[in-house]
Amino acid sequence: MGEEVAEVQLSIDSQFENIELVQAVLDDSLERLDFDEDSRYWIGIAVREAVANAIKHGNRQDPEKQVGIGLRVVEDTVVIEVQDEGPGFDPAQVGNPLDPENLLKPDGRGIFYMNRFMDAIEYNFGSEGGTLVTMRKRIGTGDARSGEEDSE
Amino acid sequence: MKVETRQREGVTILEPKGKITIGVGDVALRDAVQGAIESGATNILINMSGVSTIDSSGIGELVAAYTTVTNRGGKLRLYSLPPKVSDILQITQLITVLDILDDEEEAVASFR
Repeated sequence: MGEEVAEVQLSIDSQFENIELVQAVLDDSLERLDFDEDSRYWIGIAVREAVANAIKHGNRQDPEKQVGIGLRVVEDTVVIEVQDEGPGFDPAQVGNPLDPENLLKPDGRGIFYMNRFMDAIEYNFGSEGGTLVTMRKRIGTGDARSGEEDSE
Repeated sequence: MKVETRQREGVTILEPKGKITIGVGDVALRDAVQGAIESGATNILINMSGVSTIDSSGIGELVAAYTTVTNRGGKLRLYSLPPKVSDILQITQLITVLDILDDEEEAVASFR
């Protein structure tokens, strides 16, 4: 493992342009953890999708509401959390974008990409609202496009 | 993200440069495609070579553009996909659904 990465905590207003700030901070942390450029790119896409969902579907772009982003290392795994203040949702109700009837729909791919580029995704819903998405990726596992061949 | 538009042999070529991502790039792409349609374009190409990042919203705009143009009797095709753009389309099996060509010569020739 490379340079030690302290825990990172960010809080952003619910505006899409702030995703760039999140990505810049994240990329720097992942580089310190010796993730290669390709892996950083795909993890970055997964985190962009999570933050975009938090802003759009969670906080409904309410600028008064915040999205929290956290990064920490637990043993050999980087753990990235994205927290919104929204009403939550049922992940089981999200359709599979590979189903023929969904293939040409303009939306519904974000969570699919998150699952593809990370090792594990977990959702927790607060009793008083708010969704916490926890994404895990093992350090040193190479290209983040895990399981690409499964889609063919 | 900027989208330049030019013509070649009766084909409208859109050239997005930068990130096609939620909030900015996706809207710019939508506006560019809409502008081309309103100008009467029926044969549209998108040169993807300048796209550094695309997210699910950007891909959604590509799909929406494809279906809008197709439903109006036109054709929308993509060419010069950077490897990562190609990969992300592959993962959601869009590489086989959208019309994708290797380069501009091949793409323009496909309308002859």
